[in-house]
Order: sequence, then C-alpha cells, then structure tokens
Amino acid sequence: MRIRALAIRIIRQFVRDKRTLALLFLAPLLILGLMKLVFNGNAVEPDIGLIQAPSAAIAEQLDKAGATVKAYEQAQDAEQALRERKLDAYLTFADGKPALRLEGSDPSMNQSVLLLLQRTMNAGAQAVQPEVTYLHGTDDMASFDFYGPVLIGFFSFFFVFMLAGVSFLRERTSGTLERLLATPIRRTEIVFGYLSGFGLFTLLQAALIAWFSIDVLGLYMDGTIWYVLLMNLLLSLTALTLGTLLSSFASNEFQIIQFIPIVIVPQVFFSGLFNLNAMTPWLQHLSRVMPLYYGADAMRSIMIRGEGWSAIDTDVYVLIGFSAVFALLNVIALKKHRAI
Amino acid sequence: MLDDISLQVERGELFGLLGPSGSGKTTLIKLMTGIDKADGGTVRMLGERMPKLAMLQRFGYMAQSDALYYELTAKENLSFFAALYGLKGERLHKRMQAAMAVVDLEDHLNKTVSAYSGGMKRRLSLAIALLHEPELLVLDEPTVGIDPVLRQSIWQELEALRERGTTIILTTHVMDEAEKCGRLGLIRDGKLTATGSPEEIKRQSHTQTIEEAFIALGGGVRS
Repeated sequence: MRIRALAIRIIRQFVRDKRTLALLFLAPLLILGLMKLVFNGNAVEPDIGLIQAPSAAIAEQLDKAGATVKAYEQAQDAEQALRERKLDAYLTFADGKPALRLEGSDPSMNQSVLLLLQRTMNAGAQAVQPEVTYLHGTDDMASFDFYGPVLIGFFSFFFVFMLAGVSFLRERTSGTLERLLATPIRRTEIVFGYLSGFGLFTLLQAALIAWFSIDVLGLYMDGTIWYVLLMNLLLSLTALTLGTLLSSFASNEFQIIQFIPIVIVPQVFFSGLFNLNAMTPWLQHLSRVMPLYYGADAMRSIMIRGEGWSAIDTDVYVLIGFSAVFALLNVIALKKHRAI
Repeated sequence: MLDDISLQVERGELFGLLGPSGSGKTTLIKLMTGIDKADGGTVRMLGERMPKLAMLQRFGYMAQSDALYYELTAKENLSFFAALYGLKGERLHKRMQAAMAVVDLEDHLNKTVSAYSGGMKRRLSLAIALLHEPELLVLDEPTVGIDPVLRQSIWQELEALRERGTTIILTTHVMDEAEKCGRLGLIRDGKLTATGSPEEIKRQSHTQTIEEAFIALGGGVRS
C-alpha cells in the first residue's frame, strides 16, 4: 500500500517533468545515433606520396588497395606535403629498396598505411589465400556492432544513476524526506517504493534503447531480445540502487555530478569498451567490482555471440547481488534521517 | 543541543514551545516525534516510549519547511500522504475536504503546488498534518507566512481541535501567539527556562508581557 503510493507519486512527478522524461528517453537515442555515425564512418583512405617509383604498377596496386596516390619528383616536396599534412606517408625507392616515411601522429592512420602497404606488397607474391569463416559475427560487422552492446548497457546505467541520485537527493533537500519519515512508513518501504516507481521508467527506457539500436540503427543481434531486456533492466536496477545510495553522501546536485568521474568513468574503462587483456593483470581484477563490467559482458555474449542463459547466469546473479547490497545499505543509510 | 529538559504535556493540552531560532525547539520536536533519538534520557508519548514506528500513525506532523511535492497538485499531495497513513475510499474523500476546509483551500484542490503562494503552501502542509485525525498534533512554526486573518481562523480551528480532545504541541517565536497557548515552555540555548500558563510565567517573572518574561527568565543579557 505505502510502496504503491510512493511509486504512484514518483510516476506522477516524472510525467509532469517533461525535460527529465526527454533526458531519460531521447538522450540515449541521440547519443547512440551519433555513435553509429562515428563508428560506421567510411573506410579511411590514406594519402600516400610516391617518389620516383620504379614501375607504374606500384601506383596502380596502391590505388586498388584504397590509397590516394600522388607522385612526386623530389623527396623534399613530399616531405613538405607531409609537414602540411597533405600526405599521410610517402614511399621512396633508394637503390630499388622501398622506404616509407609516415606522418606518424595518428597511430590508427599509421596502422592503416602499413596494412595497406603490406597487402600491396604481398599481392604480387601470389600467396595462397586462406578461406575465412566466422564463429560469431560476419565479415561486414563494424566497430559499432562490437561497441554497441556495451554502449546500450552503459546508457541504461548512466542516465538512471543520475536521475535516481538527483531525485532522492531532492527528496532530502526539499524536506519531504523528513516529512515522509514522520509518517509510519518503513525505511524498506521507501527504498522499495523508489525501486518500483523508477523501475517502471527504467523498464521502458531499456526496451526503447534496445528496440532503437537493433531495429533502427541495425545493430548486430544474434541472440534473444528478452535476455537483452533482462540485462538492461538489471543494469538499470543496479544504477538505481547505487544512485540513491550515493545521494545520501551528497548535499546538493553538484555533488551528484562529482560522482560521475569517480563512479561512472572508471566503469567505462573496465566495461569492455577497451580491451581488458591489454591491461596490467592486477588492474584487470578491479573490473570484478564494477557492475557495468558484468552487464557489458553479458550484453556482448547475447547480442554478438548469440549465447543463452548458461553464458549470462553469473552476470545476472552478480547484478542482482549488487542491487540487493546497495538497496540494503540504502535502508541502513536512511537511519541517518530517522532513528527507527 | 538540548540540555536537561524535563517536560510533561497533558492530553488535550495546547502546549507552546517559545524560543528564538536556534534555541532547540525543532530538535525537541524531532525527539518527541521519534525522528531523532536522544543521546540520553527518555521520551514517552501517549504512554509509549519513543522512538516507536507505530506511534507515528497517531501523530500529525508539520515540519518547519513546506515538505510538499511542487510538481503535483494539492489533491495528489494529500492523497499521497493519506495513503501513507492508510486512508482510503469514502473516509479519504471526507477527510480531504474537511482538512482543506480548515485551511480554506477547498477551491484550490486541483492546482499544482508550484502555483501556490507561500502562505497557501504553509496551509496545505497543515491540512496534510490534520488529514488522518491524529491524537497528537506536532506543529513546527505553523503560522509563519500566513496572513493575520487566516492566522486567527487557524488558531480558532486549533482551539476547536483541542476541545475535541486532540493534544497540540507547537513551536513559535511570535509572542502574541504564545499568549493563546494553554501552557508554555520557554526554551533558550537548549535549556527549558520556564514552564506554565502564560499568566503563571508572567507572575513568576514579575513582568507584564511574555516578551519581558522571556528576557527576564532567559538570564537577561545573552551570553
């Protein structure tokens, strides 16, 4: 009864607050849409200069491999172009031996030039091309398909964390929490009331984000949508309980913002957006305490690898555990405001 | 904050706590309602030792700040708090009308609180405190920002509630309001300097007004 009253009140407040609704529902779509555009841009075409190439075939092959080739007579002209960033690299042939000079400031550009060059050099060797097959994914899978599942989880987490934190804080600063605690409501009822009121919106948000990324943005999806929704909901639940818990330690909205670099950003590093194996081993263990790590791991298993319950059950239990612990701590933290 | 306070309020009394801001009125009230717990000493309300959750059902509380949800209408605010006290159906409807009539806000039931003036918010807070017909009303500065005419009608209503058997404890720093209380407790720097009816206090301190009595009993010059 009291839980329901609290949930209804939160829902009513939300519906009146159009701007916050927009933040919850439209902002993730906007950002995911932008991400799609950024990660799915056209392939890079390096500009490569050629200085006195021994044969015209080289220029042709480079061009076929996707480079924009410019011929130069003098090495210093090419060097000048490199400085002015008109070229990404140039190739010289001193005594018939090729030498490459790279602009060098962008590692990803360096790699694509090197890769392209390797392909051109090998093309002449008539090497046996292996037949390529994929266990998961396809050959036209883009970076966005790989990062997408993590991003979906991240946005569910981030926006709900902020909203829950600020809402609960407002309850405190406006004096309504004190008033609430002067009624016979139990501390657990407050926490569960918040969970169910916000839960509804997080469920809607999770469904909207999943639908938008899969059906509109065409994110690679090999698994069951229900598992995606479940993981999203669990992530939001963790964010909700964590947000309300941490708001007890903030005295204004700005201090909630201060939790972003401390609580949110580190989770991004450990969520799988960056390769965890490349990290120092002891640092890798840090990911074990980050809710987003489990969420992102499960989302990838479901969406890219099409795996089922057996692959995500641990993640599910861990996230439920996180939520339960945060909720319990929240009930205890409320003791600060009322002795019983 | 509070130091060696011993205070007994009888059932059916209208008891006023008078003191300047920062004197400890609100702290004392929070101890009474069981929101705070004293480091030492005991609080008994309606015969029960505080803090006790079930007792909050029998109290009506009005905080110093208007604890209202501004995005919601007055009606939604009322029905939210009513639900917390377990009011529903016909009784809810009746009580909502009655409580809003006391504070003269019946015509503004469907307005959002953000459109309310300061005084209206204060009155709505009072209506919420009256909603579940509590045995004990605890009001922290109930008439701040309310105009004199309405203030008088609220005092009349408080008096009527008291006659019907409701115990009322309120805080104030307005001296002429203090005169209307059945009994008074004077608080200063966390100490209870005097208790008694307004007349008793004036007689005790050989002064003509509560204000003078307050200064005389508080030790004259502030330390």
